[in-house]
Amino acid sequence: MFKGLSRNDWIMLAGFTAFVLLMPIILQPIGAAYPALMQKFCIFGIFAIGFNILFGLTGYLSFGHAAFLGVGSYAAVWSFKLFTMNIIPAIFMSVFFAAIFAVVIGYVSLRRSGIYFSILTLAFAQMCYNLAYSVLTPLTNGETGLQLTLRDPRWIDAMFHEPGAGLPRATLFGLETSGGGLGGFYLCAVALIICFYISMRIFRSPFGMMLRAIKSNQNRMRYTGFDTRPYLLAAFVISGVYAGLAGSLMVATDPLAGAERMQWTASGEVVLMTILGGVGTLIGPVVGAAVIKYFENIFSSFGPDTLHGVFSFLPDTIENALVSFLSLFVGEGWNLTLGVIFVLLVVFMPGGIIEGLRRLWVIFTRRRGGGDAVPAAPHPQPAE
Amino acid sequence: MSDKNIVLHVADVHKRFGGLHALADVDLQVEEGTVHAIIGPNGAGKSTLLNVCVGRIKPDRGQVVFDGQALNNHQPHQINQLGVSRVFQTPEIFADLSLLENVMIPAFAKRDGAFRFNASSPVAKQKDIREKAEAALEDVGLQNRRNVEAGSLSRGDKRRLELAMCLVQNPRLLLLDEPTAGMSRHDTNSTIDLLKRIKSRGMTKVIIEHDMHVVFSLADKISVLAQGRIIADGTPEDVRANPKVKEAYLGEAQT
Repeated sequence: MFKGLSRNDWIMLAGFTAFVLLMPIILQPIGAAYPALMQKFCIFGIFAIGFNILFGLTGYLSFGHAAFLGVGSYAAVWSFKLFTMNIIPAIFMSVFFAAIFAVVIGYVSLRRSGIYFSILTLAFAQMCYNLAYSVLTPLTNGETGLQLTLRDPRWIDAMFHEPGAGLPRATLFGLETSGGGLGGFYLCAVALIICFYISMRIFRSPFGMMLRAIKSNQNRMRYTGFDTRPYLLAAFVISGVYAGLAGSLMVATDPLAGAERMQWTASGEVVLMTILGGVGTLIGPVVGAAVIKYFENIFSSFGPDTLHGVFSFLPDTIENALVSFLSLFVGEGWNLTLGVIFVLLVVFMPGGIIEGLRRLWVIFTRRRGGGDAVPAAPHPQPAE
Repeated sequence: MSDKNIVLHVADVHKRFGGLHALADVDLQVEEGTVHAIIGPNGAGKSTLLNVCVGRIKPDRGQVVFDGQALNNHQPHQINQLGVSRVFQTPEIFADLSLLENVMIPAFAKRDGAFRFNASSPVAKQKDIREKAEAALEDVGLQNRRNVEAGSLSRGDKRRLELAMCLVQNPRLLLLDEPTAGMSRHDTNSTIDLLKRIKSRGMTKVIIEHDMHVVFSLADKISVLAQGRIIADGTPEDVRANPKVKEAYLGEAQT
């Protein structure tokens, strides 16, 4: 199983693993080293990696992937309520139900391509959202969201020990994953690394190559003897499963699920993450997810006071003018900053943050080595 | 007909687009191992005929029989899997992928069939596929540019690449829609040489072509199509001597 990746891939995987596991130390200086935020980096990283397998490789832009995230969340909470607080069955349930939803939604939506495919997925996701809000209230607890209660049966747990006082916490064989400790973070981090590895294998496999070929010229694929529908459906289901896993990890770190997780804004967010980081690159979606979650959580907490602190060296009149202008972009206005960055990026660097870093790397190596210091890839690696 | 094996039989195919008879009772038999050229003025229905053969267009009447099997409701990919490859009039290639990948993909189709979920063993380990692809690129003289992105090729090179993509599948029947259109005289001649070389492999070919030089240097059999009908059918000498053909096509072409 552990063979066949090139040396560069192993280096990238090792670097990625080290970075993810050391995040509690590395992220100290930028104030992001608390478990609740790092968990989000990992969970949305998984979501975006999976989304990228569909969008990045095949070019099919789904606007409804949040549905799978929501389905995964509900499935995991039900597993907690009915069976056990151990997260392993919860993860299996999430992945199973997300896969079923993905097969059904994918089978129908993939009959069309381009904008029609996007609209179909959007329609399905909104359908799931509205059902969760209204008709399916017995299953989803509607507006309030699905939560653990003291009256939950938890049959498997009940066989082994008496329920303690208060709500139990999610565990992985004794290791607490909910409640804001590092346990939850390391669970998500390991899941992220495994997901990254699987995505890398898919990118380098014949299956991944076929997906890229479908993106490039689906017509040619058909006349070359390929039935493209099952390839697309497989990619769709894999990305749906990734989303379901992300949903279950959300629940494993914080055992509740609400319908807003399935709203179209949540589907749009993963599109933004993928494009911001770099569509079709291996690592881009994770970077995009982390940047957006960082902005959402850190940048939004900056207020005018922080700005006054930063610009206190300036004369008062300039400082006040500057601060009142810049406060539009921080705090509540973090979305504005993100919007500006996004527009600039799409216009000037359609390849996302990863393309920007690559350009910097080229400039850097040229200046040092001179001439064509860009390393020639030993075999074609157009995806990364 | 002779007792040679008929690979492709277009049997009384009729196709109408609105009021236009694109193909009217076309009957065509292609013998195994031959190069069969289809010529005719613009709008004669040549491309429609190829589209019927690969399943892109369903005939109103009649049927296409490949190797004894009627192609009625076959999808394009199923027809390819039976052993029919096609070069398009405007090159259909994977512009974002490298030349080597472009040729490896059809080789995968030939080996693994219409669908195979192979996500575990990396492309880099597929030695047999890679060797076949490199050989096919060498056939068309593009082996030195195997890592170049296909979209950056010139039009003539794109055609050659597409030809390599078909050759790597070693099809029983190769359909070529104007394989030398838009090529320089030099490129045209090298394509003729290439097609002559692969003729010895026993691959049956159907060629649509405007360039009479190409047709008469390659074809064993020629069918002349005009206004959706076959007006002449036979060896190059027969066709050249046929007065109807001169009137419909060659006469105009030589002015």
